[in-house]
Amino acid sequence: MTLPALLTGIPLAAAILVFCLRGDGVRGVIVKLAAALTMALSIATAVTFFGHPAFIKSSGTLLSTIVLAVDVLVAVAILYYTLVKFKKIWIAVLELVQLGLIMWFEQGPGHSVTVRSDLAIDNFAVIMILIAGIIGSLIAVFSLGYMKEFQKEHPEVEDRRPFFFFVIFLFLSAMFGLVISNNLLIMYTCWEITSFCSFLLIGYTQTEEAIGNSFKALWMNLLGGLAFALAIVWLGTEYATVELSMLLNLGRSAQPVELAVALLVFCGFTKAAMMPFSGWLLGAMVAPTPTSALLHSSTMVKAGVFLIIKLCPILGNNHAGLMTMFIGGATFLFASFAAISQSDGKKVLAYSTISNLGLIVCCAGIGSYEAAWTAIMIVVFHAVAKSLMFLSVGTAEQQLGSRNIERFDGIFCSMPGLSLCMIIGICGMFLAPFGMLISKWAAMKAFVDAGHSLLLLVLVFGSSTTLFYWTKWLGKITAYIPTDKNREEGIHGVQWLALRSLSALTIITCILFPLISQSAVIPYLEVTYQTTMDVIDRSNLLIMSMMVILLVVLPLRFGKGRKKKLVVTNLAGENCGDNISYRGVAGQTVPVSLRNWYMEAWFGEARMKLFGFILCGSCLLIEFAIICGGVFHV
Amino acid sequence: MSDLVYTIIAGVAYLVLAPIAGGLLAGIDRKISARMQRRVGPPLLQPFYDVFKLWDKQQVAVNEAQSFYVFGFLLFVIISGLFFFTHGDILLVVFTLTMASVCFIVAAYSSNSPYSQIGAERELIQTMAYEPMLLLVALGFYLNCGSFSIGTILDAPRMSFIYMPGIFIGLCFILLIKFRKSPFDLSMSHEVHQELIRGTLTEISGRSLAMIELAHWYENIFLLGFVYLFFVWSAPWSPILGLFMCAFTYFNDILIDNCCSRVKWEHMLTSTWLVTLVAGFVNIMFLMYMR
Repeated sequence: MTLPALLTGIPLAAAILVFCLRGDGVRGVIVKLAAALTMALSIATAVTFFGHPAFIKSSGTLLSTIVLAVDVLVAVAILYYTLVKFKKIWIAVLELVQLGLIMWFEQGPGHSVTVRSDLAIDNFAVIMILIAGIIGSLIAVFSLGYMKEFQKEHPEVEDRRPFFFFVIFLFLSAMFGLVISNNLLIMYTCWEITSFCSFLLIGYTQTEEAIGNSFKALWMNLLGGLAFALAIVWLGTEYATVELSMLLNLGRSAQPVELAVALLVFCGFTKAAMMPFSGWLLGAMVAPTPTSALLHSSTMVKAGVFLIIKLCPILGNNHAGLMTMFIGGATFLFASFAAISQSDGKKVLAYSTISNLGLIVCCAGIGSYEAAWTAIMIVVFHAVAKSLMFLSVGTAEQQLGSRNIERFDGIFCSMPGLSLCMIIGICGMFLAPFGMLISKWAAMKAFVDAGHSLLLLVLVFGSSTTLFYWTKWLGKITAYIPTDKNREEGIHGVQWLALRSLSALTIITCILFPLISQSAVIPYLEVTYQTTMDVIDRSNLLIMSMMVILLVVLPLRFGKGRKKKLVVTNLAGENCGDNISYRGVAGQTVPVSLRNWYMEAWFGEARMKLFGFILCGSCLLIEFAIICGGVFHV
Repeated sequence: MSDLVYTIIAGVAYLVLAPIAGGLLAGIDRKISARMQRRVGPPLLQPFYDVFKLWDKQQVAVNEAQSFYVFGFLLFVIISGLFFFTHGDILLVVFTLTMASVCFIVAAYSSNSPYSQIGAERELIQTMAYEPMLLLVALGFYLNCGSFSIGTILDAPRMSFIYMPGIFIGLCFILLIKFRKSPFDLSMSHEVHQELIRGTLTEISGRSLAMIELAHWYENIFLLGFVYLFFVWSAPWSPILGLFMCAFTYFNDILIDNCCSRVKWEHMLTSTWLVTLVAGFVNIMFLMYMR
């Protein structure tokens, strides 16, 4: 009990400290210390609980009282923002309804429900703790340098950095609470905190756009929260339980818990930004980059997929499962199409996140052992590589004054360190020996074995478009334009620390993933599915690891040979000698500028969104209609 | 133990023989093409002379990084071929080949020259066009033979082609792209008179160009290996049929190359995806139904 308490308590304490002590120097010390402590604690938790899953029951009513109090506290805060500060009555209604539901349940039927274990720390929870603890802390450290620059560059934005770090640490604390809770009431509370924190983070700059987008995030996530509350009430009144593990047992013994599962999956959809709820994640771009990095990689959206993957064993060939895999698949395909037409770096990343989450959700929906393995592996790889990408793009944005990929021309020469981080990140996102591709491999196998031919089609087309937009970006970065200007000087030390650690982490995860699979994922699945198997042959996993090592070692040894004669490129005119301008017919100097392809007419964002929203929206409605019809015998 | 010995022999044989076979294939290709155009054509060994000459040229480059990517291209093509001929996993072969294509594309991008970059982008679109079909080929074999392992596929109890004709048609279609034949030779062409100068190869010369040529020889040989897989099963005489079909497929591609003019990228993408959907996917559904 001490370790989980510390895990949620330390970030919480750091949050309060950082909010109260407002000096720049003090904040730096607290944030670094808290980050180090959180990281150490998450590793300690991992060491303690790896392979020894523990179910913990809290004695007395202390925990449930705290949970209820926090529920009310969050509700009051949300009501303050929605009713008093900004007049958004209907969002307040959303919050009031779910608070009412939970209060009624706690006072009424909830009293007779016995809870056997409040917390469950299994291997999957440990993986999530490690992701949130290590990556989240690194992002917090990165923010120290980034936010300093950010305030300098945006003097019009009020300096609310104490508040910013307060929310970040509160977020981490809630995330830890979320992944270790087995009691759905506790999970719901943490769920609400993360929704509320993301609302605060997105609205940080308080511009009109930021406020609009933050409320978009709030209502979508509160809608999910409402579904969560309904699921709790339904489970509590019908089956007299509020535990996730009990729900799984009920589902395994063929009890009709489909409605509760569907409601929980729905609430996972809102948080994991599945279409038609993808809007809030795209809107979250307006926030400073560390926020996006946190939301996209290690916390917020991962909470959504965490819940769905937890439900994995009871999804599959039922309506809740069909809904999950269909919406996941459609989101994967349309988001990766839409990413092609984007030139804003952060937007490409956002669409890539949505599409990866779609793949994870789709795998979870299939519900087989192989699919669950794939889903968890993608969660791991995606968290590391995506956080690295966001932090790199954010840093580049600060140095170049733009996050448009077209402006990244020549950063291979002007920002060698940063472009190396980006190259590692991009390779980690899609390229062969790196993690993501292994996941696609396993996904393919899982889809074939489950016999879903349509999903197979989605996967092959989705992965080839993924290849397209990432390679396009990679090409832009690697373009060699010699320059004497070094643009890396303005990057803070803490930023480098985070970037380099994450780069190293990306490579290490890719090399060690057979180990991760063997020691963490497979034991978890063994317990959940009562069986074990190698999704991909161990020898093939080893080959992949070795190829990563080859790719890391190769550049180190390369280029030590004979000196080459350097010449200028062919510009179909007289090259002025610098490769970036040529002499035109009238003798004038014409600059060369190269632009990438975006194929707007084919993969335009509005069109893809329209298709995706209609498909996913109608699927949601139809499946819920079928499930409700089955439950209530209409 | 004998398995290991066999694997090593197969691997070494591939490393040594594939470039020889690939070079000869290129020579035959040029000869046949020339005869179709009523020319005499270069000697059979001309591709080898070309590569040896390129290898000995003074090393000229537009930047220092490019040759690294070119080397990566060659290396990963060889590795993916190795997986193929040592009876590895067919999906692993496809993925490693993708890695090689990415290296090639990045090599073209890195020069930051307009012709090269347009070539790179077209190459990228070509990759996006053929990738789904290539994956469907692998999945088709998995559905038909129950394994991704090439060893198992070769020992199948019956000819795969009978169950996967649609997938075979799809594969033949994308092989036109992979062999860089008209109508799909958008990113770089064997002929020099192209609107893109030489597309992806514009800024590559000397030893790097020789490496790319060599990589293409390796690549062509094991791409024909995919064709071979369709016609070989446990019957002892089937390898002859397999080799014959490889030759036939390649001859057809030369014929089409000489009959067609280059299409726009839109046509390439739509037609390839259409073939993937109609021939490939319908076949996959059939295989799933059969299971």
